[in-house]
Amino acid sequence: MSTHSSRLAARIMVAPSVVLLFIWMAVPLAMTLYYSFRLYRLLSPDRTGWVGFNNYLWFFNSPEFWLALWNTLALVGGVLVVTVVLGILIALLIDQPVKGQGLLRILVIAPFFVMPPVAASIWENLFMHPQNGLFAALARGFGAQPILFLENHPMLSVIGIVSWEWLPFATLILLTSLQSLSSEQLEAAEMDGASAFNRLRHIILPHMTRAITVVILIQTIFLLGIFGEIFTTTQGGPGSASTTLPYMIFKQAIAAKDIGRAAAGGIIAVILANIVAYFLMRGIGRHLDA
Amino acid sequence: MGKITLKHVNKSFGDVAVIPDINLSIEDGEFVVFVGPSGCGKSTLLRLIAGLEDVTSGQIDIDGTDATYLPPAKRGLAMVFQSYALYPHMTVRKNIAFPLKMAGLPEDEQEKKVQNAARILNLTNYLDRRPGQLSGGQRQRVAIGRAIVREPAAFLFDEPLSNLDAALRVTMRQEITELHQSLKTTMIYVTHDQVEAMTMADKIVVLNAGNIEQVGSPLELYHRPANLFVAGFIGSPKMNLIAGAAAQAQGATTIGVRPEHLDITDSGPWRGVVGLTEHLGSDTFLKVTLDSGEALTVRAGGEVALRHGDRIALAPQAGKIHRFDADGKAMA
Repeated sequence: MSTHSSRLAARIMVAPSVVLLFIWMAVPLAMTLYYSFRLYRLLSPDRTGWVGFNNYLWFFNSPEFWLALWNTLALVGGVLVVTVVLGILIALLIDQPVKGQGLLRILVIAPFFVMPPVAASIWENLFMHPQNGLFAALARGFGAQPILFLENHPMLSVIGIVSWEWLPFATLILLTSLQSLSSEQLEAAEMDGASAFNRLRHIILPHMTRAITVVILIQTIFLLGIFGEIFTTTQGGPGSASTTLPYMIFKQAIAAKDIGRAAAGGIIAVILANIVAYFLMRGIGRHLDA
Repeated sequence: MGKITLKHVNKSFGDVAVIPDINLSIEDGEFVVFVGPSGCGKSTLLRLIAGLEDVTSGQIDIDGTDATYLPPAKRGLAMVFQSYALYPHMTVRKNIAFPLKMAGLPEDEQEKKVQNAARILNLTNYLDRRPGQLSGGQRQRVAIGRAIVREPAAFLFDEPLSNLDAALRVTMRQEITELHQSLKTTMIYVTHDQVEAMTMADKIVVLNAGNIEQVGSPLELYHRPANLFVAGFIGSPKMNLIAGAAAQAQGATTIGVRPEHLDITDSGPWRGVVGLTEHLGSDTFLKVTLDSGEALTVRAGGEVALRHGDRIALAPQAGKIHRFDADGKAMA
């Protein structure tokens, strides 16, 4: 790949896939951008026309939007904190030599294979249900009133469910990182008088920073678009207490059948994702360099 | 102070006794080398002393107090690992200061000790670099620096030079020996390289299959090996070991003659054919196949003119023959 002609040949050969990928990305984005400035309601298809920034202004003037924005960030942040902290602890735990280690690891990873609507249904009906749920039974066992998870703590419940789904992913990545730490480093730290906590803080965690960064970046991408769990459990409610940005866009597109507003919401979501990505890369992106 | 005594130390992994029973005394200020073939338990023995492995039975005393069940940090020993085990995310300064920081020393005192160690080890210009930016020899020195600042009762080295190239190994060997001269602290050094053992040690402990074969000064082991294993292990090239009629003539089962104690004379009793010749400049090593079938190594002068296929006669020098009985023990 060094001569002039071979470089040219390489460029020509990758060109089709590059062009295809570019169209794949650019056309939907352009269409969304186009519709976001149009009046386009499926219930009154004859009324069309340019509306300027009206679709966007509708979002900014809606109190529901600001709640949805906050809920989206709370969901991403909450799940990240839970999965990274618990992921590190579980990784440390299952890295210990125990009998049945292989089976234990498969069990830890299992939740990742459960589809989001199924996971949400399981949590809704088997754990959080106020009559039949395990938590309600536990609460009654202690003589307390069952907690109405989805009614009184909808956002926390959703964060809990999504955390449960993503914990295996975080644990798996963090465990592989942990296993690549040389035991001599830990022994050296032990000889140097570092307690178990200090070994975690000064040796193990610095070693894991890159893996933690990868977990945060990948999870953020997926968590910004969480939809199925909310749709299955709270439907964004009660009221709009657990409505996130993707769910609000869904409501505009499918329930209100207002394509123009939904498109504007989509563009806002893209901008939000870019802002989050910018701050993430500034904050922790440097850990990705070798 | 660094006097270490092992009493009936035993270490087993499951049913396998890696170290059946060892008694050993290491005096304060001594440079002791554990040497033996790979898998002989020398590294395990060092890790037992360090506290990184638990003894199965027996007792380890450090400076007269029982340290058998003390955690590694409380034993006052410092260890240099084969892989150096530097902390890759810390600068050289932070690496060296790490044990001091863990001990809760104030910052200015940490800095003073780090500077002092860096001066001894020629690392002053590298204090702000990370281990990844250093050469093998420099990393080795950082690992030693991290050990020095703790002012330990004894240093433990686990094959510290095996990752270095040949030239650097010789230099580091001298540096460690000089460090021992100036610090006068007990050092225990594990190696499989008998040249390192011979050049560095005050006292060599030869280990084989978890047992001590012989303890003594380098020359003691060289001149008076206690058994066949030590005779074959210490010295390069290896001692020639001859069984059969030639040995029985000396009243032994096996006799050993070092390559430098064989003279080429026409009147010699052992006749054979020269095989491979290795010219090192100062010396020439000849592989000679005797008529009786044994292959011997002979050290001759650098200018010797013998060639492949020449017939020669060899005579062992008087009083330089080692005699071993049927159990492989040296005979008086």
